[in-house]
Parts: sequence; C-alpha cells; structure tokens
Amino acid sequence: MAEILLQTEGLKVSVEDKEILHGVDLQVKRGETHVLMGPNGAGKSTLGYALMGNPRYKVTDGSIFFEGKEITGESADKRAKAGMFLSFQNPLEVPGITLSSFIKSAMEQRQGSRIRLWDFKKELNKAMELLQMEESYGARDLNAGFSGGEKKKAEILQLLMLNPSLAILDETDSGLDVDAVRTVSRGVLEYQKEKKGGLIIITHNTRILESLPVDYTHILVDGKIVRTGDASLVEEINEKGFEEFLKA
Amino acid sequence: MEEKTYVDDIDRSVYDIKNEEKDGYRMKEGLTPEIVQQLSKEKKDPQWMQLFRLESLQIYNRMEVPDWGPSIEGLDMDHIATYVRPDTKMSTKWSEVPEEIKETFERLGIPQAERESLAGVGAQYDSELVYHNLKEEVAAQGVVYTDMESALTGEYADMVKKHFMKLVKPGDHKFAALHGAVWSGGSFVYVPPGVTVEIPLQSYFRLNAPGAGQFEHTLIIVDEGADLHFIEGCSAPKYNVANLHAGCVELYVKKNARLRYSTIENWSKNMYNLNTKRAVVEEGGKIEWVSGSFGSHVSYLYPMSILKGKGARAEFTGITFAGAGQNLDTGAKMVHSAPETTSYINTRSISKDGGVSTFRSSVVVGKEAKKSKAAVSCQSLMLDSHSRSDTIPAMDIRTKDADIGHEAKIGKISDEAVFYLMSRGLSEEEARAMIVRGFADNVSRELPLEYAVEMNNLIQLEMVGSIG
Repeated sequence: MAEILLQTEGLKVSVEDKEILHGVDLQVKRGETHVLMGPNGAGKSTLGYALMGNPRYKVTDGSIFFEGKEITGESADKRAKAGMFLSFQNPLEVPGITLSSFIKSAMEQRQGSRIRLWDFKKELNKAMELLQMEESYGARDLNAGFSGGEKKKAEILQLLMLNPSLAILDETDSGLDVDAVRTVSRGVLEYQKEKKGGLIIITHNTRILESLPVDYTHILVDGKIVRTGDASLVEEINEKGFEEFLKA
Repeated sequence: MEEKTYVDDIDRSVYDIKNEEKDGYRMKEGLTPEIVQQLSKEKKDPQWMQLFRLESLQIYNRMEVPDWGPSIEGLDMDHIATYVRPDTKMSTKWSEVPEEIKETFERLGIPQAERESLAGVGAQYDSELVYHNLKEEVAAQGVVYTDMESALTGEYADMVKKHFMKLVKPGDHKFAALHGAVWSGGSFVYVPPGVTVEIPLQSYFRLNAPGAGQFEHTLIIVDEGADLHFIEGCSAPKYNVANLHAGCVELYVKKNARLRYSTIENWSKNMYNLNTKRAVVEEGGKIEWVSGSFGSHVSYLYPMSILKGKGARAEFTGITFAGAGQNLDTGAKMVHSAPETTSYINTRSISKDGGVSTFRSSVVVGKEAKKSKAAVSCQSLMLDSHSRSDTIPAMDIRTKDADIGHEAKIGKISDEAVFYLMSRGLSEEEARAMIVRGFADNVSRELPLEYAVEMNNLIQLEMVGSIG
C-alpha cells in the first residue's frame, strides 16, 4: 500500500473561467488528519470539489495523484471507486430514493457485487446508532426535507458505510448546534480509528476539531496555501483569526 | 457489473421480437360498411351488436379528427387492417396456445406472473384473446372474468348489453366511434356484491401484426362493497408502418366498492395510441388509476372518472416517458357531480431526446358537488434542452363550496445532483437513471412489486446509452 494517499502538484482550478486556486501543493499520507482553514472565499470548497472531480471546477494546470496514480482527468465515480469521498457542505436532495437504498446501491457499485440485505441492515443500524439517527431515517428520501443537521449526519453515515481511504469533509460542522457537532465528531473519530485512512477537514470553525487529533493545519488564502503547521496552528487562528495572513 | 447493479438485466428485444404473421383471418384494409359487416359475421355477433357497429361507423364517418392535440396525419385508416385473427381458438390452458404465441407471452413473463401473483389472466394476440383463465377459488366467489365475445352471448349477456359503450358512447369522439364499429377482444369482469378479490386480475394485449389495429374492449363491473385490482399490460414489436390502438375501457364502480386499474403501456414507437378509459363511481365508492405510459409514437390518453354518488372518490397516479420521436399527450379528467366527492391527480412526465410530453387535465366540479375536494399535482422533468414538456390544466368549478388545489413544476436534472451521486461511486448514466427513478417513484410505489421492477427496467432501458 502506498504511503502517500493524495498528492497535488501546482494545482490551478478555475470556475467559469475565473481562476480560484493558483497553485496548491498538498500531500496527505495514510492515517493523517489535515485541517484546511481560511477566510470565506479563499477557495477551500473549490479544492474539495476539484479533488473529487466536479466537472464545474476545471483543473487548468497541475496534477492530482491518488495512491500514486494520476487522477487529474478522472470522473468523480472513478475517484469514488478508487477510495475517495467528499462530504458535501450542502448535500443535494434526491426525492424518491431512500437514504438506505442509496447507500446500499453506492456500496454495491463500489465493490461490484450485491450485498445481502440482512448484512447491510445490520451494519447500517450500527452506524446510525453511533450517529444517534432514528432507524426510520433510512426509509426517508435522500436528504429531501432533512434539516441541516440531519443532512450532515447522513453524510457522515455514508462516510462510515462507504469506508473510503481518503475523506474530505467540507464544512461538516457548519450550521450545527453543539450536540450535533459532538455526534458528528464521534462519527468522524470512529472513521479515523477504524479505517486509519486520510482525512482532510475543511472548516472555519474549530469545534469539530476539539475531539479529533490533528496532524497538519493548512491556511488557504486567495487560492494559495500560505502556511502549514501542526495542530497548534488551529489554536493560533482561534486567537488571532486570519488577519495576519490577509495582510501578507 | 457496474451498470446492472440496480435492476435485473433488461433487453429491449423482449418487446421487439416479431412473429411471422400466421393469421387465421386478416380483414381487408380500410373501413366500409361491408368490411364492418364482414367483421361482425366473422365474430358471430348478436344482431344488436351488428347494428351497433354499423351505426358507430356512420358516426365515425361524420366526425372530424381532433385538431387540438398531437398530429395523427401519419395514420391512414385506409391502410389499417382492423381485424387480424390469430390462427387459434381461445384456450384456458397455456399448453393449448400455439407454440409461437405462447413463447411471446412467456418472454413477457405472463404465465409466470399468473402462477406467482395473479388471480386470473387474459392474453390477447392481435384481435382475439388466445388465453383466458381464472383461478378456481376466485371463480367460486362468483367472480366472472371472460373474453368479451363469450360475455356477449353468455350468462351475463344482458348485463353486458346494458353497459356496453354506455359510459363511452360512440358519439364521444371519432375514435370512440371507430372502436364501436370494429372493436374485438378484451375482457369482461364482474365482481359480485361484497366480494374482495385478494390478488389482481391481468389482461395482456399484444399486437403482433404490422399495419393493424387493436380495438379491445374492457368492461368491468364491481358491484356494491366489492373490491378488485385489475392490471392491463400492452406491448408490440416495432414496424415501419403505422399501427393503431383504439381500445376502450369502461369501469362501473358501485356503492362502496373499490377498483384499482393499473396499466403499464409499452407499445412500440410506431403506434398511435388513441385509447379511451372511463369510470363511473357511485356513493362511497373509489376508483384508483395507476398508469405508466412509455411506448407509442403518439398517445391521446386521459382516463376520466365520473363521481356520481355522494362521497365517491377518484385518484389518478400516472407517469409518462416520451423519448425520441414520441409525442405523448396524457392526463386525466375528473367530473364531480355529487356532494362530498374527492379527486386527486398526481402525475410525472419525463421527456428526452426531443420527445414531447404534454400533461392535460380537466377537473369539473358541478354546482351539486358541494363540499367536494379536488387536487392536481403535475411535475415534469426534461432531460435535455431539445425535449419539450407542456402542462395544460383546466378547471371548471361551479360551486363556491369546494376545496380546489393545483401545483405544477417543470424542471431539469441538476448537474450538481448528478455530481453528488457520482461522488459516491455511481456512473453518470446510473446517477441520471437514479434521479429519474426517484422522480417516477410516485407511480412505482403504487404498482405490485414485479410491475414496479418492470417499470424501473423500462426507465433504465430509456436512460442507459443516452449519454455522450
């Protein structure tokens, strides 16, 4: 198994012909947790989308490697099958497809074979219990009519069920109350512990980090990583904000 | 593996296999009194029916082709054979059905469905029923399920005569008149008072002959307090010449009875589907229409419910899927003519590859229909920018004391939703198909499981291969 999970080299990304990322270098090894912070509009979500392969986010220069293989031009489903996962800031609603049948379908797509309903239900119930989700959620339409907190829990539920080797969490903690953040962190912690995969946590809030061990912190400003440090950088940002970087 | 995780294998060829036409009898093409008389003779009609046919033909000749819907110029009645009798007699045993015809129905899964989940089955091949059977225990309840021809002369002849084309009269429109003149085949069902038929009955209509018309007549009477689920399925192989389907369905739902009428229509794309369906519901009764329209070149289909008794109810749940070369004009009509009646129309329409899908509804609440409720909800999904979707809802409310609701939505598949599903490992095709399946869920959840699966297969069939 490759030690380096994800590597970007000089990644430039444009949305509708406007360049948002101006050359990002990032390396995530197996088992590491990286935090990506930065002011609004710095390009954090853009990086998440570009890594996952959203066709609206065009890579104009540079490369993305996953487990040593270049994936810059690959479609999102190929990246997902290779082991990448993105927890969306605003998960989309898909009426008529239940949360549980969707997760089952996605799992079957990834592993390329049928999963026995009984085994699936058992695993799903376990994960839902951890996230304090009622069993009845599984029968509700995917994200349709879910509250903000429910949507985020459903994302983490998918994370636990799909068990990717790299997970990118985009603002998973935004808009959640204290209890919900705690529940969601519990899910992420479980993933970190069980899978020992890589984690990229995009946030401008630090509550979700209170219970999670962090290896690296990156500060993204104006489409560039301006500083990389360890967990203590999170504290620093907490105290001083991004002021210092904005001036630079 | 990747593309086949969600649904079983599907294969258009199942619907498209053509059998060589081995007719026992094929009527000359076109329409004249002589042809109609000949048809009547062939079918050994009672006297009244022969007259009825000739009168209907006169009405047909007098009436104009409708000018308010999709064009039917490609339909030339002078080149449609109105009657094609397969070279066999009707049987109550599958083993007696000719091999080739039997194989066709085997491929469509009809005998299997009968064994597993149906109380009775009728199978029509071109103009005549080739198989009809009802489970003994259902027959023992007094339920009658037979082909229309036998019904005309059998024990229930008077009942049939009293109801036949009384709800849909030949003067209603040109193709109702045509039906009256040349109808053949179809089923008659009678459920006696208080009897609940636990599992559905099904009639399957297969049009094999090219350049022919199918004009089956379905007459169902559900007597007081009785309960029935009837399923109709239809398909045909594709030919380069126009085929015509002008069937007629008349449903009588008596006091406190319930009838669910489900249809999965998958005619080939050279078919003109000009079908008329109507139900009349008496006090406290309920009609539930479930309708999936996938096939045909042109469709005009608006099942109508007449709520005649106090507290009568009607629900119409439908989906229409119009692909390349299809112009499907579908919807429903509700007529409230008694107090405290309720109706609900809930439809989805999908158009892709230049297909045109029009939703047309009409709700009429008469002044005597006090405290009635009517709601219409229609949603359209266009899968690309050169397809078309129209919504034409009409409401005619003549009492102030009614509760009326209407909502319409027209949308496209969002790229972000596709990306979201793809980020979980679904291919682009699969992601789109999943969104469409979800959109169609209102209908598939109303169907018995095996039909829901068939419908999802049809959606899958339409969706896969549509990208790039």
